[in-house]
This record gives sequence, C-alpha cells and structure tokens, in this order.
Amino acid sequence: MGVAVLIKQVPDTTSKVSVAGDRVDESSVSKWSISPYDEYALECAMRLKESGYSEVVAITCGPQRSSKALTEAAAVGADSLIHVHVEDSLDSIQVQTLLSAAIKRTGSEIVLCGKQAADTNSGSTGPGIASILDYSCVGVVSEVSVDDGVLVATRQGPSGLEEIEVSAPCLFTFDKGESELRRPNVRGIMMAKKKTVEALTPGDLGVDLGESAVIVNSHSSPPDKPPGQKFEGVSSIATVVQKLRDEANVI
Amino acid sequence: MEVIVISESNGDLLHPVTAQLVGASSSLGGNITILCPGGKGLSEAAEISGVSKVISVEGDCFQSYDSNAWSKALAPHAEGDLVLTSSSSTGRELASSIAAIRGIPVLQDATNISEGIVVSRPIYSGKVIETSSVKIPCVITLRANSYEASESSGKAEISTVNQTADVTISIRKALERAGEKIDVSEADIIISGGRGMGEPSNFSNLEEVADLLGAAVGASRAAVDTWDEIPHSMQVGQTGKTVTPSLYIAVGISGAIQHLAGMRTSKYIVAINKDPEAPIFGVADYGVVATWEEALPALKNELSALLSN
Ligand SMILES: Cc1cc2nc3c(=O)[nH]c(=O)nc-3n(C[C@H](O)[C@H](O)[C@H](O)COP(=O)(O)OP(=O)(O)OC[C@H]3O[C@@H](n4cnc5c(N)ncnc54)[C@H](O)[C@@H]3O)c2cc1C
Repeated sequence: MGVAVLIKQVPDTTSKVSVAGDRVDESSVSKWSISPYDEYALECAMRLKESGYSEVVAITCGPQRSSKALTEAAAVGADSLIHVHVEDSLDSIQVQTLLSAAIKRTGSEIVLCGKQAADTNSGSTGPGIASILDYSCVGVVSEVSVDDGVLVATRQGPSGLEEIEVSAPCLFTFDKGESELRRPNVRGIMMAKKKTVEALTPGDLGVDLGESAVIVNSHSSPPDKPPGQKFEGVSSIATVVQKLRDEANVI
Repeated sequence: MEVIVISESNGDLLHPVTAQLVGASSSLGGNITILCPGGKGLSEAAEISGVSKVISVEGDCFQSYDSNAWSKALAPHAEGDLVLTSSSSTGRELASSIAAIRGIPVLQDATNISEGIVVSRPIYSGKVIETSSVKIPCVITLRANSYEASESSGKAEISTVNQTADVTISIRKALERAGEKIDVSEADIIISGGRGMGEPSNFSNLEEVADLLGAAVGASRAAVDTWDEIPHSMQVGQTGKTVTPSLYIAVGISGAIQHLAGMRTSKYIVAINKDPEAPIFGVADYGVVATWEEALPALKNELSALLSN
C-alpha cells in the first residue's frame, strides 16, 4: 500500500512578498519552496515507507512552476510525482475535488499534508479532502507511526496533546513535528532530476471545474502602523507602562 | 439570510469567541441560529443577544474529538446561507469538512465580513490582506478578537436534536492536558520569551508578569527548540501559533521574519531587548533597550503599582 503526500509550492518564508497594483507580485518572489508544514508531512511519509509501506507518491496542484516542488520531494525520496496542472486561482472546493480525484487514482489510503499552507494560511484542503473521500481525518499531528497494523498519531486536539489510534483510510494534517527533516544529498538531487512528473489536467481526472465561487477583488499591504517609540534603559519602563494605559488603553 | 453559528467550547463552557461570531453575524443582518456540538455551553449560548434559536446537537460522537464524525453529525443542521465558526484549529476543520460535505466554498480566518458577501483576511502570515467576494451558500471562519462580542441579555429558544456518526479515532492516552494555563491563541495579552532568556527556568519571570496581567506566556522557536521545558504549544510564529492579542510583549526575541509572521498583527507590541539594532524594534510600538534581568523586575513593580489602585 502506498502513502500519498500533498505538497504546495509557496514563496519561501524568508522571501519578501510584495503587492503590485492590486495583486501579490509573484515576480518579486526570490525563492519558492515546499510549504513548511508539508515538509513535515513529507518527512513522515518517508518514515512510514521505511517501516514497510510500498511507495510514497507526492501530489501537487498548481501552475507550471509548482512542478519543481515535486522534484524537491523526489530528492528526499518520493517515488512518484503527480502534478495536477491548473494556472487559474481556484476556490477551496475546486482544489479539494482535483486532489481527491488524484488520490483516488493512486489508490492511496494514507494521505499526509500540512495543516495549512504558508501562502493562503487557510487549512481547508486536508479536512475537505477527507470528507470528500470519506477518510478518517486526524488534524494537527506531530507524528504518525504504525503499531501492529494500526496507525498511531500524536495530535493537538481540543482537550490537549493526545496519542490516538486510527485505521486506514485516513488523512493526517501536520503541525511542526519533532523529527529532524532529512535534507537531499547529491545523489538524491541527481536521481530526482531524472524522475518524470506525471502532469494531469482536470479533464484527465474527469473533473469539470465549473466556475469559482470566490472572486478575489484585491490584495493590499496591511496599513502601516505609526512609527514606534523607542526608549533606552530600564528607567523607561515606568513611561512605557503609563503609555500602555493612557495611549494604548490595553492594561 | 440564514446564518448558522457553530459554537466553540472551552472544556464544558462556551468559548467567548462564540459571542463574537454572533456579533459579526448581526452586522450582516442575518437570522441567527447557534449549533452547540454535544450541547456544550448551551445555556450560555442562549443568552447571547440577537440569536433566535439554539440547537444542541447531541450524540455519542461528541464524547471525543473526531472532525469527520462531528461534521457529518452537524452538517444536516447547518443548511444555512452562511455557516460561521471560529478560526481555531477545530473551527477550521469543522468548517472545511462541512463545506466539503455540502459542496460549497470555505474562506478561512476572516477579520472582516460585510454584505455581498465580501471577506477580508490576512494571508502570507499578515504580510498581505486579501479581499474577496464569495457567493452564498458558503462557510467562513472568523479570527478571534476581530468583532465585538454580542451582549448577553438574550433569551433564545433552545431545542435538542439527536444526531451522531461513526467515530473512527480512539484516544490511547492523554499526553498533556489543555486548559491548565491560558493558551496563547486565546489570550488577549501575551508575554513571550526568546533565546535571550538564557535558561528555561528564567521563564518564571515572564509568568510572574503574566499572572499580574492575566496574560498567556509564549515563546520563540529558538526557545522551544533549545529547551525541552518549553513546549511547542507555546511557540508563536510561522510554524507555531498566529496570534492577534491587544498587547504582545516580546522579551529577548530578535524578531526574525518567521516570528513576526505570527504576531505582527497584534494591536500593540512592546519589545524588550538588550540589542538596540534588534529587528523586533521595527514592529514595536514601544521598545525598551534593556536586559530582561533589569526590565522584568521593573515591569512587575510598575504593573503591581498601577493595577493595585
Ligand atoms: C521555516 C522556518 C520556520 C520558522 N518558524 C518560526 C516560528 O514559528 N517562530 C519563531 O519564533 N521562529 C521561527 N523560525 C526561526 C527564526 O528564524 C529564528 O531563528 C527565531 O525566531 C529566533 O528566536 P529568538 O529571537 O528567540 O532567538 P535569537 O534570534 O537568538 O535572539 C535572541 C535575542 O535575545 C536578545 N537578548 C540576549 N540576551 C538578552 C538579555 N539578557 N535581555 C534582553 N535581550 C537579550 C538578543 O539581543 C537577541 O535579539 C523559523 C525558521 C524557519 C527557517
């Protein structure tokens, strides 16, 4: 049985994101990377493979550039790569429908993804897909392993940190994990370059996207805050406390 | 417009964000129904002004958290034009699943919702504000502290429905209980420490200030990664929690871009750092160049004096 890991390519967290006109200016992004939580999902997928699953398939949905994120996943060990190629911006249900169809095609009954992407910060994709496929859904996990045929995960649930067990088919959304992320070595990078990416259109997956129910009107930079006030030395603490009460009204 | 608010609970009590969800719904002029999963916080929910009905959805599945089961049980009662939840992890999961079950879109983490429906929300960790129009029916999650809470002088009609779904997740053991301390994602005031605190035991100095202010204690990733005593649940930033308190006090935190990603939308930011060039001063409303060893005792004294009269 294979493990599917869903990854999204986003501007690297160190990259500047700026707005030109009324849209985020993608040409100003200096570096694109796999979204940080997805990296933890990928790491876990590799560990599950080491504990006996047959293969790891990495799946992304996005424009042409995002294919590179799959190659990066291959460099740390992903066996097969699927790129659902869409240039337009999609609403949540469109993305989930496409990815669900791609997962179905692979037959994977264990699906791992990040709890949210670093660009949209939404967190809709994982739980939505689990509902569409009717898989169990375990959110905000830091670790998943196999114990005697069942899946065991550590999750941050509403009642605190818990160890849970669940059976496949199941989707997990990842928080930052405890495990060290593996880095690609030279051999991995060379091998990854030769790996083919299976590119699929919505039509290939039998999905009719229809129209997006969400129209983005604008992107804008958050309003500038008034410049801060800076004080030297501990004697200024009294002033700051007074200002927090009189100017800011927060204490 | 029919608005369904799914309440958020805090243990057996109603989480205060629920009244903010009602506040946001009232501003849209909807007819508001609250769904209480598992009946938690039911009587408090019925007291929120502006609510016409409160429905307790009761079933075995609500004994422990399973987002798939919960949303299957809730969805048949969440048929409104607009379904609203909080943008906590649980709120986001339920919102996404209910939207997928109904085949409608979900927009997460709105900070403003106006007629249309037009939604504003921070993306790229607050570096950009996105404004979009969404057709109804849709599901929206709202960021805590974005709207004033509706008052509690209402008296809504309460009813109960029995609805459950198969639970597939079983809990083996609790590793760490929630709710013993104020969680950073819920707190209105946060004081966070970074690597500059030197030792994890020095966080007790932050806790003393937090106790005076009713604040939560947070941490930078460097602190969480360096010291086992500082759990990941305290981490603020890109790979930790995103917070929007009215006051965020950063102590011994340099202000790396990934830390700022989680807290720059706080209403007021105070930075205490010994390095006058630390980037955290770039986002601070009030910056104090000093060591924490000097600054925290002074802060404690000033606050005790101020808050006692
Ligand atoms: C993908 C990715 C995700 C990340 N996610 C996060 C995240 O979620 N949250 C996060 O915080 N970081 C995150 N980071 C890490 C981030 O880049 C920084 O390394 C981290 O925030 C630094 O923590 P710090 O400010 O505590 O430590 P440092 O950068 O070491 O700063 C310590 C500060 O303490 C000051 N100091 C020292 N002694 C004293 C004293 N006695 N009194 C007062 N001040 C003192 C110093 O002047 C310095 O400014 C992430 C990084 C990456 C690559």
